[in-house]
Amino acid sequence: MSLRACLCVFMVLTAAGASMAADSVRVGSKRFTESYILGEILKQTIGAAGEARAEHKQGLGNTAIVFEALKSGAIDLYPDYTGTIEKEILKSEQPLTLAQMNQQLAPLGLAVGIPLGFNNTYALGMREAQAQQLGIKTLSDLARSAEIGKLKFGLTQEFIGRADGWPGLQARYSIAVATPQGLDHGLAYEAIAAGQIDIMDIYSTDAKIERFKLRVLADDVAYFPKYDAIIVYRQDISGKYPNSMAAVQQLAGGIDATHMIRMNARAELDALSFADVAREFVAARPASGQTTTVSATAPTRAKQSFLALLFGEDFWRLTRQHLMLVLASLLGATLIGVPLGVLAAKVRQAAQPILGVSGLIQTIPSLALLAFLIPLLKQIGTLPALVALFLYALLPIVRNTHAGLTSIAPGLRESALALGLPALARLRLIELPLAAPTILAGIKTSAVIAVGTATIAAFVGAGGYGERIVSGLALNDSRTMLAGAVPAAALALLMQGMFEMAERWFSPRGLRQPD
Amino acid sequence: MIELRNISKRYGGREVLAPANLRFAPGSTTVLIGPSGCGKSTLLRIVLGLVQADTGSVLIDGQALTAANITSVRHRIGYVIQDGGLFPHLSALDNIALLARYLSWDEARVQTRVAALCELAQLERSLLARFASQLSGGQRQRVGLMRALMLDPPILLFDEPLGALDPLVRSDLQKQLKAIFARLKKTVVLVTHDMNEAAFLGDQIVLMRAGAVVQQGSVEDLLRRPADAFVSEFIGAQRSHLPAMSGGRT
Repeated sequence: MSLRACLCVFMVLTAAGASMAADSVRVGSKRFTESYILGEILKQTIGAAGEARAEHKQGLGNTAIVFEALKSGAIDLYPDYTGTIEKEILKSEQPLTLAQMNQQLAPLGLAVGIPLGFNNTYALGMREAQAQQLGIKTLSDLARSAEIGKLKFGLTQEFIGRADGWPGLQARYSIAVATPQGLDHGLAYEAIAAGQIDIMDIYSTDAKIERFKLRVLADDVAYFPKYDAIIVYRQDISGKYPNSMAAVQQLAGGIDATHMIRMNARAELDALSFADVAREFVAARPASGQTTTVSATAPTRAKQSFLALLFGEDFWRLTRQHLMLVLASLLGATLIGVPLGVLAAKVRQAAQPILGVSGLIQTIPSLALLAFLIPLLKQIGTLPALVALFLYALLPIVRNTHAGLTSIAPGLRESALALGLPALARLRLIELPLAAPTILAGIKTSAVIAVGTATIAAFVGAGGYGERIVSGLALNDSRTMLAGAVPAAALALLMQGMFEMAERWFSPRGLRQPD
Repeated sequence: MIELRNISKRYGGREVLAPANLRFAPGSTTVLIGPSGCGKSTLLRIVLGLVQADTGSVLIDGQALTAANITSVRHRIGYVIQDGGLFPHLSALDNIALLARYLSWDEARVQTRVAALCELAQLERSLLARFASQLSGGQRQRVGLMRALMLDPPILLFDEPLGALDPLVRSDLQKQLKAIFARLKKTVVLVTHDMNEAAFLGDQIVLMRAGAVVQQGSVEDLLRRPADAFVSEFIGAQRSHLPAMSGGRT
């Protein structure tokens, strides 16, 4: 393929990814069960209003990425929590009212509102039976309990370390307990059910609270900051889609903590898809006038065989997205990386900067790189994912091109010079063909790495197998994770095989090992 | 005609070539000889512009070598190094025809020329499709020579061309080279450390030591009128291998 043809393909692929769906309401969500479900509820609510197509960019990397996506207009609204807005986005020391938050968000063209009706804060929980027996309903009850010395505390390291966690809590309620035991949140539920610990820290809407029959102790002096679930949205959305926004307004106060816990449990424990959980909720709303329970008909993940999960309806879409991300970024990295490698090999002063910078890029964590690219490119989705993958794919290609060119035997280099070939002709006719096997090996390395790295595209809503891995992580569901990881691994092996065949084709015959 | 005027070269602080003035007469074969590191290869590489001299100038047919004319001057010089210096990714034919094709010769002309060169260098035409790794040392050297001769340059430079060959092949190729030199009448400069080869091939010998020319002249001159003890010693050390000059008695 000629250089120009390659460039055209690259640009078409990039544009196709970037320009998808401009005329719809785009909902975002973060990478944990509750956010996925709320995102789906928003999407279905807007869809039901019948005014605009609704799209769900689900499981976006973290608060920084989702917020940048909202600011840049890549999404129109997403669910968040007052405490997060306060601390992570507005960096406020004091609690803020919704009006105060809106005052600060207005210059960005953003607004918060529509409190959904529950507070997902830190809390302490204990077994319902034991709580009843000891007569403990609130944190003050706990601190006053005669049995406090005998209760075993098992808290997460993060909770023990956070200023708004254990140290402040212990002081505020004067809880007379020595050092609590630190353990993983995922293990704590099993530990408390087995009686190994008696008190654990929880997020107040955790799915397992109900399942493990835990009592959430009331924070009776309001120590914990409020993490009221609210919607963050772009101000222009109400003007563009008034009916859709009116429908979303109807959600205010519609989800209490018990309801949210139950929905989280439907996804995490009953293995229902996020969309199905949301469908149950939307159908049960008084406005809809019907009461459908999805569980009777919808296949849950637990009931599906792994193969059915693997080749689920999204399989081809994810495969297509994953392949597009890998191939387009690889093509770009080759078109830019090989010339950079040549430059590094030919211009001594350029070698260190070029190799240094492409090495440095590798050390940037993918989430940080994405969080940096989104405001720069003013969008989420395919383009920032492609740019990140392109940057990560550069190093092996640049380094191998440089190594392949600089390791050509001096005798051959001189022979080419002595023949009277100009520099460009030497590069084209002699040096690049001699370095070709090394350069191809570099592209192969980049391709295999890109297949693995492309799973980060899910953080910015660009799809690919990472979507399954990310939602599997949120659900703590290893089968869903594997349904994403297995095809990614298979694709990496396939890539490797294809490149080994390409090496046979493209390596000059005289350079191959004799058969 | 190649002329070196006041050429010198230093690497770091070390003088590898003392200021030298040399002329290589047209149509004759000059052999540069001396112990390893005496500067003979450096001298040859300066003629090709592969190494820049610190002082002096190189004149090819009266024209001084410059950065601007170096490429066209190289097209008038054939260069052969040890083991042929063939590009491993190209077949023998593609090695030989590389420069001509780059200069847009039409393919018929390329083929005619290659056929003539096969005859001259006594290379079987069936070997042309092979890669360097599939050729013997002697065959690689013949292909290297053909590549150097492709444009029919007036000047040929050889840097230890037969150094890597076994004695039988080497002797065979020495005879062929001598015949080719006699037939083509090119200006030839050949670097070797083998006195036997120098005596056999050279019309003129330039004996060097530690970057300086010690003596130049015919073999007879060097034998009969050595400039100093080093010359006698250098020739004497290899003399038993020169039966024609040793009088056949040991």
